[in-house]
Amino acid sequence: MNKLIIALLILAAPVFAQAAGGHSCGKIDCYKANTDLSNKASLQRGVKLFVNYCMGCHSTKFMSFERMSTDLGLSKDLVVSNLMFSDGKIGDYMTIAMPEKDAKAWFGTPPPDLSVVSRSRGKDWLYTYLKTFYADDSRPFGVNNLAFADVGMPHVFQGLEGMKKAVFKTEDDGHGSEIHVFDQFETISEGSMTEAKYDQAVLDLVNYLDYTGEPAKLVRYSLGVKVILFLIILLIPAYLMKKEFWKDIH
Amino acid sequence: MSMMQSFMGWVDARFPATKLWKEHLSEYYAPKNFNFWYFFGSLALLMLVMQIVTGIFLTMNYKPDAEMAFASVEYIMRDVEWGWLIRYMHSTGASAFFIVVYLHMFRGLIYGSYKKPRELVWIFGMLVYLALMAEAFMGYLLPWGQMSYWGAQVIISLFGTIPFGLGEPISAWIRGDFVVADATLNRFFAFHVIAVPLILLMLVVAHIIALHEVGSNNPDGVEIKKNKGADGIPLDGIPFHPYYTVKDIVGVIVFLIFFAMILFFIPDLWGWFLEKDNFIPADPLKTPEHIVPLWYFTPFYAILRAVPPILNSQFPGVAAMGMAIVFLFLVPWLDRSPVRSIRYRGGIYKFALTVFVISFLILGWLGTQPAGGIYLTLSQIFSILYFAFFILMPWYTSIDRTKPVPERVTD
Repeated sequence: MNKLIIALLILAAPVFAQAAGGHSCGKIDCYKANTDLSNKASLQRGVKLFVNYCMGCHSTKFMSFERMSTDLGLSKDLVVSNLMFSDGKIGDYMTIAMPEKDAKAWFGTPPPDLSVVSRSRGKDWLYTYLKTFYADDSRPFGVNNLAFADVGMPHVFQGLEGMKKAVFKTEDDGHGSEIHVFDQFETISEGSMTEAKYDQAVLDLVNYLDYTGEPAKLVRYSLGVKVILFLIILLIPAYLMKKEFWKDIH
Repeated sequence: MSMMQSFMGWVDARFPATKLWKEHLSEYYAPKNFNFWYFFGSLALLMLVMQIVTGIFLTMNYKPDAEMAFASVEYIMRDVEWGWLIRYMHSTGASAFFIVVYLHMFRGLIYGSYKKPRELVWIFGMLVYLALMAEAFMGYLLPWGQMSYWGAQVIISLFGTIPFGLGEPISAWIRGDFVVADATLNRFFAFHVIAVPLILLMLVVAHIIALHEVGSNNPDGVEIKKNKGADGIPLDGIPFHPYYTVKDIVGVIVFLIFFAMILFFIPDLWGWFLEKDNFIPADPLKTPEHIVPLWYFTPFYAILRAVPPILNSQFPGVAAMGMAIVFLFLVPWLDRSPVRSIRYRGGIYKFALTVFVISFLILGWLGTQPAGGIYLTLSQIFSILYFAFFILMPWYTSIDRTKPVPERVTD
């Protein structure tokens, strides 16, 4: 019992402790994902990518097609005919048909539901992750990832991005021992997209996942501005009332 | 006689409505020199009401079931009308409540509001604080994320350190299982939504009744009841209503502006109010890399980890954490100073209080850091300073050179 507690207490460390010697995204520091939730076109391209490339294995089971179509300005007919592959109803949640048991056998661990992945991982991590797949013959799917070491997922965007090789260099870690640090990528094979186009596609997808993590984000900021303005205006009569009452107190 | 007057006459003959109104509001005489620090009492009450009201609405869609809890929170966040706002008001509100309560307690410390005859006001307040900690801890399990689960696992296992073979049975009794599980979630839900709030409300009532019995302290620490006019009203007192009600409305609005800034723009405060790992559903088979309690517990968590195991038992650390709170209860009797307010105290108390506040804040930060190396040493140093504030208090408050306290309040 005591050992468990000691172990847990030692494990216990900060939310922000990645700084301690490590990098914010696995082997490297996260790239910054400059996404924009107000960009509806980007969100629409994002959901298209998500449904076509991710939803074979990953669900977003807390998100309904209907809510998504309303928020993203897509017509219900369009969603039903283009984004739903079975004869589901628009009110259905974005679940997948892959049985968890099979998924576990195929990938080692079932592909996680991605409803709130942008909240647990953060969008910068997702962006970095999707951009740092590299060829690694020692892995079951022939790829590894800089942000997520020994990841069990194949590089599903290989057709779009192509395949790259990661070049590592040897450096001194400051304490006399050698460490391998990431240096650069080298292209092995081209994909159907240019580098800039692929970058935009990943940004669109991350933007969509950011939305999926918290759909309320679309309205939260603008409502906040209104509420704060209302409170500031309300403060004026409240302050004047206080002043009026208190003028005879000395 | 107007309709209203005759109606109130009818009520008053049967229930002391007017009497209560007068005793606690329109004829409760509060010192006229309350300053900034005196907003936090009414703000704490506001937060209590906000937590109860938002909590009621959350229970309408939340499901206290290990299979459904996480999904039901996400359902509230997405598919319930205004659910996201209610949930954020509740989760951000919990942290805001603690900020307000910590500032309220700090006010008590700087103006000596715990000193005779207000010892029970302080004791009831401390009990409110304890109940609030229990409430927050149990509430944090309910979203059933990884931090909910493993945080509860760590905290409940602390009871397992109790010696004489009692530890393990006690922690199993708290959990209702051998690990944190569905049974734990169900009982924590029951405690969080009804048992602890009832206790909390009763303690808040007791806190206010005790306060209104002895009267409010003030920034000068002068007893206003010593100087009464011919009408028996304290010369430096003003009726709480309307003077402090209109003043507190201003305080409430200013507070709500800051609250809305966090609520609408950074409701998770970059992981401080809602931890990132709590967006991963609880998984009993996967221990997260870092287990951190929410910020309002981290000073005590740092103290817990600062104490090394003795005879292979972690109990001394747990005991130290408990003592860190027990000492707060004892402040009215540890303080031997003849004056209440920091305005008339000497340099030693000001220095001691400053060191205490800094230690508390640094311990709070250390509680979020890894428990080894320099952090451990720092935790030990600041834990000692934390306890020194209390243990040495009888000594330094009695030798401190105080200034003469005026007869009447000064501003």
